[in-house]
Amino acid sequence: MGNDLVLRVVSKWLSPIIILFAFYVQFHGDYSPGGGFQAGVIFSSAILLYALTFGIDAAVKLIPEKALRLCASFGVLLYAGVGVLSMLKGGNFLNYSVLVEDPLLGQHIGIIVIELGVGITVASVMILLFFTFSRRVSPE
Amino acid sequence: MTEQITILLVIIPLLCAPITAIFKSHKIAWAITFFVSLCCLLISSYILLQVIDGSQVIYELGGWQPPWGIEYKIDSLNAFVALIVSVMAVVSTVFAYASVQREIDDDLYGLFYAAFQLCLLGLLGIALTGDIFNLFVFLEISSLSSYALISMGSNRKALTAAFSYLILGTIGATFFLIGVGFLYAASGSLNIFDIASRFETYEKMQLVTTSFIFIILGIGLKAAIFPLHSWLPNAYGYAPSVISIFLAATATKVSIYVLIRVLFDVYPMEYWSKLLIPQVLLTLGCVAVIYGSVRAWQQNEIRRLLAFSSVAQIGYIIIGLALLSHSGITSAIMHMFNHAVIKATLFMAAGMILYRARSTTLSDLGGFAVNMPWTFAALFIAGLSLIGVPGTAGFVSKWYLLEGAVAQQKWFVVISIALGSVFAVAYLWKIVDAMYFSAQRKIHITKVKSGDISLAVAPKSMSVALWTGAIACIYFGLFTKLPTDAAKSVATALLGS
Repeated sequence: MGNDLVLRVVSKWLSPIIILFAFYVQFHGDYSPGGGFQAGVIFSSAILLYALTFGIDAAVKLIPEKALRLCASFGVLLYAGVGVLSMLKGGNFLNYSVLVEDPLLGQHIGIIVIELGVGITVASVMILLFFTFSRRVSPE
Repeated sequence: MTEQITILLVIIPLLCAPITAIFKSHKIAWAITFFVSLCCLLISSYILLQVIDGSQVIYELGGWQPPWGIEYKIDSLNAFVALIVSVMAVVSTVFAYASVQREIDDDLYGLFYAAFQLCLLGLLGIALTGDIFNLFVFLEISSLSSYALISMGSNRKALTAAFSYLILGTIGATFFLIGVGFLYAASGSLNIFDIASRFETYEKMQLVTTSFIFIILGIGLKAAIFPLHSWLPNAYGYAPSVISIFLAATATKVSIYVLIRVLFDVYPMEYWSKLLIPQVLLTLGCVAVIYGSVRAWQQNEIRRLLAFSSVAQIGYIIIGLALLSHSGITSAIMHMFNHAVIKATLFMAAGMILYRARSTTLSDLGGFAVNMPWTFAALFIAGLSLIGVPGTAGFVSKWYLLEGAVAQQKWFVVISIALGSVFAVAYLWKIVDAMYFSAQRKIHITKVKSGDISLAVAPKSMSVALWTGAIACIYFGLFTKLPTDAAKSVATALLGS
């Protein structure tokens, strides 16, 4: 499909908007509907669109699989790390209130970092799944 | 301080699994896994010592108070199940060192061990949590990772086995979730103790009965209770040997633990006694004992034989629960522990045969005991324990079970237990007959690298793990204090409340 002009132009214009929307859902998740999981899926859909129009090879060049694997692990570690940090600061696991002096601010920081971890893992796992399955159809 | 240590049981695997997934080297991945399971063993034995006198450890996740937040409330039953899981994790990790290198592709080591740790995390989480939705989440963590682990088996049939387990397991989980949803709609709470304490206020709602049936069916599927067992023989028969050992010893036990929690803690006993549940469970248990044993007798492949025998052994546990008496429940709890030890030992022996002979089909293995006498000695001991010969672990739990059945004059239960034991002798004799008394034949082995000495010697780590299991089978038959005390204290707590 790489030769279709309309597709190429539209996906080039759409991708940044999709990614921007993903970030909105990600970082506005504590006030409005949304959060890490949804944002991760939206983010990965931008990469999927790119892979569908320009081919899987171009997409792999854009984000190497190794980086995706690292990101998938990093997201989980970020999540667990926040929990452990709050334990080290004297609270229970995942008690964000003790993260900083002000409990309210701590809750905000905690939930945003946790959701970021979820978002990173979900996005990279979704893309990894897509890469794995699209390899199956057309072996290189 | 104790409270903070409890949560580490879940956090350590959670932190280590993603790190393990990055490494490709077998040594590092194995070392991390061994460290994790050893830590979990230490922590869970510490917790059991804290709660065995009947006290409870309470942990509020995130500092949110129950019933709004997730609460871990650990009594002797929780701690006992967590201990079974972590002991088995240590034993199977020791066994894994040699067997994983043989059975798993080189580039999957990191992911394999990461999935193993996640499975451990899920099972421990189920054992600890006091929140029924959190329990569902952990159930899914352990199930999803076990689907992946089973599919890594070297036999191609492992893929179909994992797929059918995936479908059935997902149906089971969905039923459980629907049940939890209905229960939440009726009670407005997800905290097990909160639901139980206000049960009279919404007991009359039709929704509660529906939720009960859904939850029991979902858990029944996960625990492989007789008519819902069809995924188990293939899944355990074709999984990598380490995974057969670990899952056969823990996964169904943990599901039975969930069943116990649901039956005795969430819904009061008077409520479901009216719904014919004890009679149904008792009948299913008896059928499972006979059916599982007969099917095991028909098998020609050691690991499938052991898997069908698991179906029968789950039947014994269900019978013990359904008797609703003190000795019945004591026997069920003890059999969870004893069967975990026995079945892990048997699967370890099968794993070692697979390692040496690259086959576990009985007709291929005529007279093979000459080549590995010690392994078969261990298999024999564990087999005696499975039958329930006095002086072994299996005898103790069967004795309590028979005592319970005779006390209630349920003669058909006594007959099924006796029949099950007779068939157990028959199917284990089948192995013994092939190994010791058949004419020796050369095993046809292909794809062996030159200079590979694994055909002649079994690795030390495997023998250590195997004999730990075999000695435990005898030890817990002679010195029954630890499991009996724990089981009795659990039975008192369940029936008393």
